[in-house]
Amino acid sequence: MSKYERNKGFNDYFSPAQWFDPAVTLETKVKNAKEQLDQHVRDTVAWHFSPDTGTPFWLEKAKTYKFNPLKDVHTFEDLHLFGTFEDEWLRGGPVDRWVPRGLKGNPVYVFETGGTTGLPKSRVVLDDYRIDYEMMSETLPDQYFPKGSNWLMLGPSGPRRLRLAIEHLAQHRGGISFCIDLDPRWVVKLIKMRQIEMANLYKEHAIDQALTILAGGHDIKCMFTTPKLLAALDEALRAGKLEDKYRSLGKKIPVGGLRSIQSAGIIGIFSGGTEFTPQFTREAYEEMLDNGEVYMTPTYGNTLMGLACSKPIGPHDGFKITYYAPQPRAATEVVDPKDYNKKVEYGATGRVLLTTLTREFFVPRFPERDEGEREMPYERYPWDGVSGVRTFSELAATTVVGVY
Amino acid sequence: MIRIPSLRMGKPYESLSKTTLVHHVTGDPVAEVSQITGSQIMRDLSKMGQARRELAAIPSAELLNRVKAAAKIFLEETLPCGDTPQSFDDYITNLSSTTGSPMLFCRRNAAKVAYVMGNIDEILAGLTRGMDLSVLDKGHGKQDGRTLCFFPTTDALGAILPSNSPGVHSLWVPSIALKIPLVIKPGREEPWTPFRLLMAYLKAGIPASALNFFPTDHAGAGDILRGCNRSLLFGDSTTTDPYKHDHRVEIHGPGYSKVLLGADVSANYEKYLDLLVESVAANGGRSCINASAIYTHSHGKELAEALGARLAKVKARPWDDQNVEISAFANPDVADRISGMIDNLLQTPGAEDVCVRLRGTPRVYKEGRCAWLLPSVVLCDSAQHPLANKEFLFPYVTVIECPQDEMLATIGPSLVVSAITGDPEFTQQLLDCNLVERLNIGAISTVRLSWDQPHEGNLFTHLYRQRAFAEAPV
Repeated sequence: MSKYERNKGFNDYFSPAQWFDPAVTLETKVKNAKEQLDQHVRDTVAWHFSPDTGTPFWLEKAKTYKFNPLKDVHTFEDLHLFGTFEDEWLRGGPVDRWVPRGLKGNPVYVFETGGTTGLPKSRVVLDDYRIDYEMMSETLPDQYFPKGSNWLMLGPSGPRRLRLAIEHLAQHRGGISFCIDLDPRWVVKLIKMRQIEMANLYKEHAIDQALTILAGGHDIKCMFTTPKLLAALDEALRAGKLEDKYRSLGKKIPVGGLRSIQSAGIIGIFSGGTEFTPQFTREAYEEMLDNGEVYMTPTYGNTLMGLACSKPIGPHDGFKITYYAPQPRAATEVVDPKDYNKKVEYGATGRVLLTTLTREFFVPRFPERDEGEREMPYERYPWDGVSGVRTFSELAATTVVGVY
Repeated sequence: MIRIPSLRMGKPYESLSKTTLVHHVTGDPVAEVSQITGSQIMRDLSKMGQARRELAAIPSAELLNRVKAAAKIFLEETLPCGDTPQSFDDYITNLSSTTGSPMLFCRRNAAKVAYVMGNIDEILAGLTRGMDLSVLDKGHGKQDGRTLCFFPTTDALGAILPSNSPGVHSLWVPSIALKIPLVIKPGREEPWTPFRLLMAYLKAGIPASALNFFPTDHAGAGDILRGCNRSLLFGDSTTTDPYKHDHRVEIHGPGYSKVLLGADVSANYEKYLDLLVESVAANGGRSCINASAIYTHSHGKELAEALGARLAKVKARPWDDQNVEISAFANPDVADRISGMIDNLLQTPGAEDVCVRLRGTPRVYKEGRCAWLLPSVVLCDSAQHPLANKEFLFPYVTVIECPQDEMLATIGPSLVVSAITGDPEFTQQLLDCNLVERLNIGAISTVRLSWDQPHEGNLFTHLYRQRAFAEAPV
């Protein structure tokens, strides 16, 4: 537990397990979840717009509104009064205008997104990443993510939330996280310069660090990674590079070899990124993870939101990936790209509109860079989901995806 | 709709990721093609060593028989195209429907590919200069009293293929007879020919593991080039430039093929007009062996006018017309872009599109969803004009009047040069010139090839290296 005062102001931790009771009907769960969301909207808006606890940015912004956030916002739908959130507001400083007065004095992190050109977007965080990942931890099956297991963090380092979040997740579950150095901004630059060979060498460098950790005898059972790095690790293992590493360290290669993710000792993988297509998921399941012997759960997250979990993936569902936001701390809607006030029909395609509602950060109605299909509520996540997440088609031509 | 799977070690694999191909005239979906990822490609490539050993275990003489049998199967039998049976005529219709290449051209090009397979011993004799192929069975042997020993440079031949001309498939099909498995990335609109060829090979008894059909994206193509130790890469200079210093990749880009008229014949240009028309416009003018420039010692203007008058008669005709002369562009925007580029470069003084003037209609012709580019004959006042060394996917040629003794210093790298001359001194200069891959001396069209001589790279020397070898009793 951090020094941060978790229960100050209002409840900000919502156990996913509250929805796991199979005896309660989905209809009831949907109704209860909506009531919880509306209550949380009221609590969050009251916190961020009150003179005592409010966030300097929002208190200043409120002066321009023709409505009173403290009186006129009662439900999630009322958030449309705020229009849409402009991510430009997050570029540049001072970042402490985003720290609510009610939390002043607590240690603050700043996490950044992108940053290959111009100023990156910044988000201040105090404890949100811990809360988000503790909530997510409740959804991980212990069979594949045993408590006390050590983790390999095969993902980006630097001023990003992810490295600390995975480390906290490992620690929260009683383990230790082993990390690599990986600068995704350099990879994007290499790709923009068409230095594909160098980008591949950098990927090999990242994988080599992972192999060194795996060869180090740290009893690693769990891993975070991205689709591209998962594939690269699988390729390296199948090419015998972990066995080479063992030989170079003078270690004996176990019977059965070390040529798959499973034989390297990994049993649970927590993975993320919009590169997660059903086809990649199927390939990973069938060809890298020994037909699901190694468990993998895709997630969808970013610095602004917490972490959206997916329905269990597999052949039963055509490897479809459906994400559900960690409501009520964040909610996603799938909306008409030409009218953000209009949700598309279930199954139809629209742009992902994100709302973040935590004591630390209030982001109403941010148009994500992604699109997908609107999905029905699900028993464990009784609210709308989104499937087939991919880069918003109007932006896809200008987006460079590196390893992360 | 036809569902075309990828083939992984010869086994059909239906992916969750597919591209849809549409009919170039109607826009109706024709086929869905299963795409595979770069990591799947790399995983399969790691098994190519075993695949090569399996293929190499078949004696060369038997392999040649199977390749010849595959030619017959390709031309005559109904073969599975994914979940749909496909006759040869169905194949021609499918191919034309998604590429815009007229059925007449498709049939002609398919026949070329089948010819190569049906006459594989003649083709391999050309590639190996008559080596006894049993040398490949043992890895070494003796011929004319000399020891020969060759070793494979790769476990598989990668081929990144285009969509614009099925004739290119004749370049990779001999790989099987040379005991090297295939890893094929088809052009987006042209999965038909490679898939049917691999099906014919499979039916003729070629081991499945040697037949890999990997529809994939640009990054996946990069993985094939990275993972195969030898590849063929087709494409424009944007695609091929990053690999021009990579010895593992044999590049098949623009040909910049040319006809040269020497001082002894240039006044009689009219005698060669048929040859010039064929060189420029055969097969719709889309091939790298079509002439994209004519250098003449004299009478440049008159030649351009006469050639322009002939080519101005070319009309856009539907894909199933038996008198078709040029291909449609399945994507009309491509035709607009090419024509716009030419018009833009014509702004530089010193060039005129004679054909456009004589025809009296613009270069781009549109009907329904389709567009055609009607021929262009551009008279340039010098080889330095920006249009002088260009190549496009339609009958396009520049005519440049250039003194004979300056020609070879001006033409630049050229896949085919047909030099019409009887001048022994000029002929010797041409034979000494290191810029030409295939040289024709005399009245020979650039598109006339002889199959016993490789004209663009040599697949055998790409796939095998010779080494010194000796053996003695132990």
